[in-house]
Amino acid sequence: MVSLKPAPAPGRVPLPKAPAGTVYRGHEGMWSWVLHRITGVAIFFFLLVHVLDTALVRISPQTYNGVIATYKNPIMGLGELFLVAAIVFHAFNGLRIILIDFWSVGTRHQRAMFWIVIALWVVTMAGFAPRQLMVIISEVAS
Amino acid sequence: MTITALPGVTDAVMNPAIKRRPAEGFTTITLIVRRFDPEVDSEPRWVDYDVDTLPTDRILDALHKIKWEQDGSLTFRRSCAHGVCGSDAMRINGRNRLACKTLIKDLDPTKPIYIEAIKGLPLEKDLVVDMEPFFASFRAVQPFLQSHTAPPEGRERLQSAADRERFDDTTKCILCAACTSSCPVFWTDGQYFGPAAIVNAHRFIFDSRDEEAEVRLDILNDKEGVWRCRTTFNCSEACPRGIQITKAISEVKAATIRRPDKIKIA
Ligand code: SF4
Ligand code: FES
Repeated sequence: MVSLKPAPAPGRVPLPKAPAGTVYRGHEGMWSWVLHRITGVAIFFFLLVHVLDTALVRISPQTYNGVIATYKNPIMGLGELFLVAAIVFHAFNGLRIILIDFWSVGTRHQRAMFWIVIALWVVTMAGFAPRQLMVIISEVAS
Repeated sequence: MTITALPGVTDAVMNPAIKRRPAEGFTTITLIVRRFDPEVDSEPRWVDYDVDTLPTDRILDALHKIKWEQDGSLTFRRSCAHGVCGSDAMRINGRNRLACKTLIKDLDPTKPIYIEAIKGLPLEKDLVVDMEPFFASFRAVQPFLQSHTAPPEGRERLQSAADRERFDDTTKCILCAACTSSCPVFWTDGQYFGPAAIVNAHRFIFDSRDEEAEVRLDILNDKEGVWRCRTTFNCSEACPRGIQITKAISEVKAATIRRPDKIKIA
């Protein structure tokens, strides 16, 4: 049979790629891992900035105060809310992962533990989010 | 050329104007298959097929119907058709399944069913991937019994029921690669041994007759070994044999850090 396609340019053999295809439809385990990654990376970048701005205090306390003052605005307030949400999830899910690895029946209960993590996250955020929103609103009002 | 009539199919295939009506008890389902012909395509493409199926038919039957009645060039692998040989793992509606163990009635036949090759292994044609990287990892964990003591004269190596039970789950593997190709770590890091290799290492590490558990633990106590596992549980969920794969992996993890007291080779 004659190939319907022109011969590939020399040196560029078209290697069949792995098909991207549909998104793999995982369950709680996979999505908890995805969330853990995203929150982990977000926390990492926060820590990077946080270490830098805190280091300022050793160089010049005035600049430090100035930088910290710029944080007191609603956008940063919302950012803090997301940061706390990320840290709380990452922390609770981290405990879940430790239990999966070290508790002999941890793998069997991973799904239930995921929903416990979500429940704990909701409870913690229910405690924090209203307070933080009040702060943000008072900043907007002032 | 005359084509012998196949009830309910050939007319419609020959003349698309005829409205197909499935025979009694059959429903027409749409399969959308991700096809790739390396001689023609530079990218995989989705192709639709309408197939008349019974609710108790399997995806494999539907693929056969396409291949036999509509398009003989559709390429896929199958052998036993009964969930034993492990040749027909594929991604069905976004999840790795054996085509021969997936019934139409367990999917939603009112919606199109998406069929694609398993992910993370080089695509060769349509639903066929190159399994060599998968088998290379399998071979690397020495999946065979190694004992340096001779069995008792004229007898086999005996094992208690409890010792046999220890690794029973991981003896069931049929090397279909559904687990390894469902692993997000394996998709991005082809060097990772993958769940199937660890399952097969587990099968011998915890076998009381085997004496080379230490060697296998050394192989897997590696950056690309058990520590790559991020406990996403996709493998456990995909395994057509119901093997608790993530559990097996975490047992191997535990064994590598609790050596040598935990692994007693009787
Ligand atoms: S462990 Fe299960 S999913 Fe993985 S290769 Fe073996 S049978 Fe297939
Ligand atoms: S064809 Fe053998 S496992 Fe499906």
